[in-house]
Amino acid sequence: MKKQQRHWYHYLWIWSIIYFSLGFVNILFAWLGLISFCLPLIFAIGGGNKLFCNRYCDRGQFLRVMGSQVGLSLRREMPEWMKGKAFRYGFMVFFFAMFFNIIYVSWLVGSEIQGIQEAVTVLWTFQLPWNWTYSVGITPWVAQFAFGLYSLMLTSEIIAIVAMLIYKPRSWCVFCPMGTLTQTICKAKYVPTAK
Amino acid sequence: MGKLSPRHAVVDSNMCVACGTCADVCPTGAMEIVSGVFAKPIEEKCVGCGMCAKECPASAIRVEVRS
Ligand code: SF4
Ligand code: SF4
Ligand code: SF4
Repeated sequence: MKKQQRHWYHYLWIWSIIYFSLGFVNILFAWLGLISFCLPLIFAIGGGNKLFCNRYCDRGQFLRVMGSQVGLSLRREMPEWMKGKAFRYGFMVFFFAMFFNIIYVSWLVGSEIQGIQEAVTVLWTFQLPWNWTYSVGITPWVAQFAFGLYSLMLTSEIIAIVAMLIYKPRSWCVFCPMGTLTQTICKAKYVPTAK
Repeated sequence: MGKLSPRHAVVDSNMCVACGTCADVCPTGAMEIVSGVFAKPIEEKCVGCGMCAKECPASAIRVEVRS
């Protein structure tokens, strides 16, 4: 059988490791996570495609490498409800509600209604025991947004890894909020062509 | 055009999330992601090996005997 061709984007999984490591050095690097929000939308809105998911997503590549190449995945079949539209769209709404909540809390901090919370919380429950650093003199809402975004990115990464370990390597991609959103945009733009 | 293989991949476009995993693993480059909506095999290229079905996280692909 022909061996699969390797392309540069197959190595983008390295970015996942760099991103999460940088957060431990300085939480302000968490802002770089916005790339993973903007790029898929640019592809979907501008190009009417899911090229980001298909090739350039660091998380998708990370799950492929860990699940398939390293062989960490148990490859069980996902339950039907997880693949269903109700769960996929429900999770997307929940995830973006959490994202907008981060913006709202950052606004509260910026308006001095609320003090900054210097903590990274995973799965909306557990605070990571780490002495987070960020540049002194930085505007508090900028740091608050970084803490929030890093928490959300880490939480989704953990869920993605657990799904990879139990089910097929890229199972997270079935209910990934960004993947669901970009497919929805692509569906709205899609004009079937008779072949 | 060459002879078609006896088996081929069939995608359930309702289940497909257009993640592109199948296109990435297909050894003959037969899978296309149509406009970010669903995957579709190029019939002439598909040899029915089932690699795509094995990796598809949404279980949207079956390998069937060509009708
Ligand atoms: S579905 Fe999500 S994790 Fe998967 S490739 Fe797309 S953006 Fe990345
Ligand atoms: S791997 Fe499955 S869900 Fe992903 S694009 Fe291919 S058919 Fe669709
Ligand atoms: S059955 Fe094999 S050749 Fe056909 S699309 Fe799937 S991976 Fe490619």
